[in-house]
Amino acid sequence: MSTNGSVGRVQPRQLTFAENEPFRLDSGATLGPVTVAYETYGQLNAARTNAILITHALSGSAHAAGSHQPDEAKTGWWDDCIGPGKAFDTNKFFIICSNVLGGCYGSTGPSDPDPATGKPYGMRFPVVTIGDMVRAQVRLIDHLGIDSLLCVAGGSMGGMQALEWAAHYPQRLKAAIPIATTAHHSPMLIALSEVGRQAIYADPAWNNGDYYDAGLKPDAGLAVARMVGHITYLSEESMQQKFGRRLQDQVRYGYEFRSEFQVESYLKYKGHNFTRRFDANSYLYVTKAMDYFDLSAATGSVAAAFANSADLRYLVLSFTSDWLYPSYHSKELVSALTAAGADVTYLDVQSSWGHDAFLLEVETMTKLLSGFLERLVQSERVALPVPPTAPPKEPTKAEAAA
Amino acid sequence: MSGETEPSAPPRPTRSSGSPVLLRSDLLAIADMVPAGARVLDLGCGDGALLEYLVRSKQVTGRGVERSEEGMLACVRRGLSVRQGNLEEGLADYPDASFDSVILSQTLPFLNDPAMILSEMLRVGSRAIVSFPNWGFWRCRLEMLVAGRIPQVVDLAERWYEAPRWQAFTVADFCDFCHHLGFGILEEIYLSRSRRLQSLRYKNLRATTAVFALQRF
Repeated sequence: MSTNGSVGRVQPRQLTFAENEPFRLDSGATLGPVTVAYETYGQLNAARTNAILITHALSGSAHAAGSHQPDEAKTGWWDDCIGPGKAFDTNKFFIICSNVLGGCYGSTGPSDPDPATGKPYGMRFPVVTIGDMVRAQVRLIDHLGIDSLLCVAGGSMGGMQALEWAAHYPQRLKAAIPIATTAHHSPMLIALSEVGRQAIYADPAWNNGDYYDAGLKPDAGLAVARMVGHITYLSEESMQQKFGRRLQDQVRYGYEFRSEFQVESYLKYKGHNFTRRFDANSYLYVTKAMDYFDLSAATGSVAAAFANSADLRYLVLSFTSDWLYPSYHSKELVSALTAAGADVTYLDVQSSWGHDAFLLEVETMTKLLSGFLERLVQSERVALPVPPTAPPKEPTKAEAAA
Repeated sequence: MSGETEPSAPPRPTRSSGSPVLLRSDLLAIADMVPAGARVLDLGCGDGALLEYLVRSKQVTGRGVERSEEGMLACVRRGLSVRQGNLEEGLADYPDASFDSVILSQTLPFLNDPAMILSEMLRVGSRAIVSFPNWGFWRCRLEMLVAGRIPQVVDLAERWYEAPRWQAFTVADFCDFCHHLGFGILEEIYLSRSRRLQSLRYKNLRATTAVFALQRF
């Protein structure tokens, strides 16, 4: 068992299901076969009660911690919080993270071949929802032989998935940790999503989603979408600190239209970088899924959505400078959970980092997460996994037994 | 005034969880009024020392409301269920009669609308337990009489001009207030510094801190 704070080298895994009977989606459409890419860290205990599902945000992947290559400097997206001795302590917990349905990091999405034609789905891929993403995760948890997760935790869109789990599968988890998220996507959030999508549609290379064989991708459109997104992840204060009005590589204004200000270069760089790692069609589908997210749609109120989920424990976190998912979205959620009689711990964490704070306020979050999880371990009497003598190869043995 | 309308309890001694719980005497007096196994809401629960004690020693189901991030973090470290919020906002979410005991410790002098908070406490809980410093204590009276200054009560760090601002009142004032609002006094404990008064004679003169358990008539 490693103790250096890193889970070390990790193995990408895949589960494929719905090969015979198709997977039904919220829209009424069906999909199949469905592949879910996932990774696991730590050991499942004998009673299978120490599993935590980590759910990722818009541009995330199943690669939440560790690295794929032995000498790789780049680690998973939440490596700060997942590992031995970290908030999600892999000495205690069996951590699972999977790529969302519609994504482009190994789970079935618009860039995958449509079995009907053999060509990439493109816009023929059915529209998916947060509910569909979670339903695919339920299939994964079933496959891993886990009846009940100790907890589901995630930030932003990951928080929506955690809420969806709590509201619709209360018997399959003990606790939910929705971070910097909302119970329903507001008109402002939908508007911001739509600006990103319009940027992609407007790129001639998008070609109605059929660009996979063309050699030319809608990079310009996707880059603009990412730039808009990136602005919403920061705060005015963090931009002021990070860039101010500083110029990139000159001391005086050039009175011209190239990227002069540091903030311009930064956004351009971020946008460009994103096109190398993300699929434009996936961006359309995943943002659309977020826009459809509304926990109160079926029940009339957020509190009613949790009527059967009041026995779960909740840790809700927001950040003071997050204007994308402002604190009052979390407070509304906390009010609804309190009204439903649930056990809720809530903190609006002081931070100047904007929405990105959920990835950056590691110290405060570690205190909160580890305190909350420790209480869960005690109240649920969760046994620690027995350290194996051989290097862990989980969960293959568990899978074979299941 | 800072514009803050929320009260804050004076700092409570921090103890790491797991150690034998030693509790300040006024908090212990409150704990004595809480029935074992009760559902408890502690308003302005600070670092959670009282709530942790109640959970461990009296097996209560505890919930806290706390304003400061520092207090919140200490509570979560103790394994408590706490919500950040101010009292005015915090109570509206709780359904009627969802608690057995609702605690307000050393916070009453800082509240802008004590009547509203106490009414809310007795809406969400069947019993309200309130502790406060007593400006009727003889030294306070003497200071006012002799020095002509607004007295500084024991256990209150803030001066009259410092935030959060306080409103001075005495045990007699509080009893009038309860009578006026129709709250019945179930139990009362008086402390002179950390020592409990054995007799109620001249309580308003002798007590530095009073603890009341109230219910609706």
